[in-house]
Amino acid sequence: HFGSSVASYFIFLRWMYGINMILFGLTFGLVMVPEALMGKPYGSLPRKTVPRAEEATAMNFATLWDFSGFAQYSVLFYGYYNNQRTIGWLKFRMPLSYFLVGVGSIGYSFMIVTRTMAKNANDDGGGDDTSFNFSWKMFTSWDYLIGNPETADNKFASITTSFKEAIVEEQESRKEENIHLTRFLRVLANFLALCTLAGSGYLIFFVVRRSQQFALEGLENYGWWERNEVNTVMSLLGMFCPTLFDVISSLENYHPRIALRWQLGRIFALFLGNLYTFIIALMDEINLKARYFLSFTLEEEKIVKYNMTIWEASLYNGTIPENSTAPPIQVDPADVPRGPCWETMVGQEFVRLTVSDMMTTYITILIGDFLRAVFVRFFNYCWCWDLEYGFPSYSEFDISGNVLGLIFNQGMIWMGSFYAPCLPAINVFRLHTSMYLQCWAVMCCNVPQERVFKASRSNNFYMAMLLFILFLSTLPAVYTIVSIPPSFDCGPFRMFEVISETLEHDFPSWFGKVFGYASNPGLILPFILLMV
Amino acid sequence: LRLFYRYRDLAPQLVPLDYSNKPAVTLPYELIGSMPELKDNPFRQRIAEVFSEHGDGNMTLDDFLDMFSVLSEMAPRDLKAYYAFKIYDFNNDDYICKSDLEKTVNKLTRNELTPEEVSLVCEKVIYEADVDNDGKLSLADFQHMIVRAPDFLSTFHIRI
Repeated sequence: HFGSSVASYFIFLRWMYGINMILFGLTFGLVMVPEALMGKPYGSLPRKTVPRAEEATAMNFATLWDFSGFAQYSVLFYGYYNNQRTIGWLKFRMPLSYFLVGVGSIGYSFMIVTRTMAKNANDDGGGDDTSFNFSWKMFTSWDYLIGNPETADNKFASITTSFKEAIVEEQESRKEENIHLTRFLRVLANFLALCTLAGSGYLIFFVVRRSQQFALEGLENYGWWERNEVNTVMSLLGMFCPTLFDVISSLENYHPRIALRWQLGRIFALFLGNLYTFIIALMDEINLKARYFLSFTLEEEKIVKYNMTIWEASLYNGTIPENSTAPPIQVDPADVPRGPCWETMVGQEFVRLTVSDMMTTYITILIGDFLRAVFVRFFNYCWCWDLEYGFPSYSEFDISGNVLGLIFNQGMIWMGSFYAPCLPAINVFRLHTSMYLQCWAVMCCNVPQERVFKASRSNNFYMAMLLFILFLSTLPAVYTIVSIPPSFDCGPFRMFEVISETLEHDFPSWFGKVFGYASNPGLILPFILLMV
Repeated sequence: LRLFYRYRDLAPQLVPLDYSNKPAVTLPYELIGSMPELKDNPFRQRIAEVFSEHGDGNMTLDDFLDMFSVLSEMAPRDLKAYYAFKIYDFNNDDYICKSDLEKTVNKLTRNELTPEEVSLVCEKVIYEADVDNDGKLSLADFQHMIVRAPDFLSTFHIRI
């Protein structure tokens, strides 16, 4: 209907869906299911049940929506998993599998993306878009498969229009330009764009700081807005800034294809900046908390550990540690004190971000496209100017914006899936629904774009961006793996100072060395270049 | 075999079922041009002329088979480019000159463009594709240009 570029967007969406399904399968099958099936009966119950203090509100929809309460203490998040080396009768090595699944999903995504890139590059032949414009219009525009007179009429009309457009463009490019004015306008536009980017970065930083303050003072005092401030701000920025960039780019007076590239670049920088500011602010918060807890609760840690060992011992009715003098205590699982768990918190943040992003997309589609179309269709009769041609008119299907949104969503998933194994599952659901929603929206509310962007060339560009995002997403997780000590009370890695000790214990020794060498970024970059 | 039945369906009284003694049967252009796959195509006359034996548009079974095999999905790109060149070369002088281009444009737009616009388009095409700078497109120029086109293979294709 709308041309090959819109079709290519949906193909891309479907391909992403496929990847997410596989990632979901990996995490679900190898991590969540064994834990759910075999983890529970074998101890470590305290960290799996909701603490008594929160139990009252645990099943409320509000807390569920926030992914705290019952959802927090479930298979969905990192904190749930046990640290025993092997569980169940299969001797399933839980921590190892968790780690490997994380590494494996990243590795798999990497392989798939590079393979698709290589395939695309071969198909394309690296052709140049801009030359032979008229020749191709002349010799390849007629579709020989047409066998229907109506379609043929349409085709004649569209060919004529296409020729006329190309002629107009040609005539315009032959006009003399005032070079100085154009250059000045372009510099001004770039300056404005930089300001916007800086402004949005600062805004996010500010908002995350504020949310830390709120957290310190206790979240119950504030309403819905304060609690979800960060996520809503990020989503809103993602919604409004691209249109701002569009307006700015009209100053620049570029050829449409070049203008589109600038637009894509700016949106990319925007999302990147937002995401990284968010991550850095989170890291700051974690460091702060870690230091805080380390300094004040070392004693508390010992107490809690002690209580927990007693509790466990009482459950098994096994040997009581020799240096303990207290009798076995029968404690209800919900009452056992537990330590803080920053990984779950990080996972929660990611999940909340994803959910709010999803909501924003849906609402934008509904309001931006559907309501707008309804408004234009029905109010056109009683309005001063022609609504369909001027503002607001029907909205176009913004391919590049949507693809970028998809790519960044995927980046968030990659980043967060180490802390919250449920993220691929959520993403699968999200992709599924958004595919149908967007399909319906395109069919009923949008008109074809005026500027047709050739689909084949840009595919590789999107793949390259995806690869880049993959790298950037793995960096924070890797950083936390090798430097920040895991929380002492949750997750499968808590007995180690640093997660990399798992490798030393579980793998044969040579593997650890190889892994150390392979993770050297210097090796990865030439590998990429080789692929290209 | 399917193609043979299609050929025969166009004029059952002319085409015998038995081809083993190679009868010389040609179908006139009017019948070919009325096939549903071709009747909306602005270039059908040129297609028939290119593939017919004597260049008059009347086709034997062999010509018919050749035509559909070149236009099928499986024909190699260079072969298609060669035949496309011949189709667009209206005066059969082995070069696509400006008048050929003008005729192509007019057939594509059903004469909707003004003569100045047509002339502009043709000049642009020659400017873009003429590598040896002789003011017209030779087979080499045409091939050089068409193999880089992303939709050439998908549009220059008839399914039967």
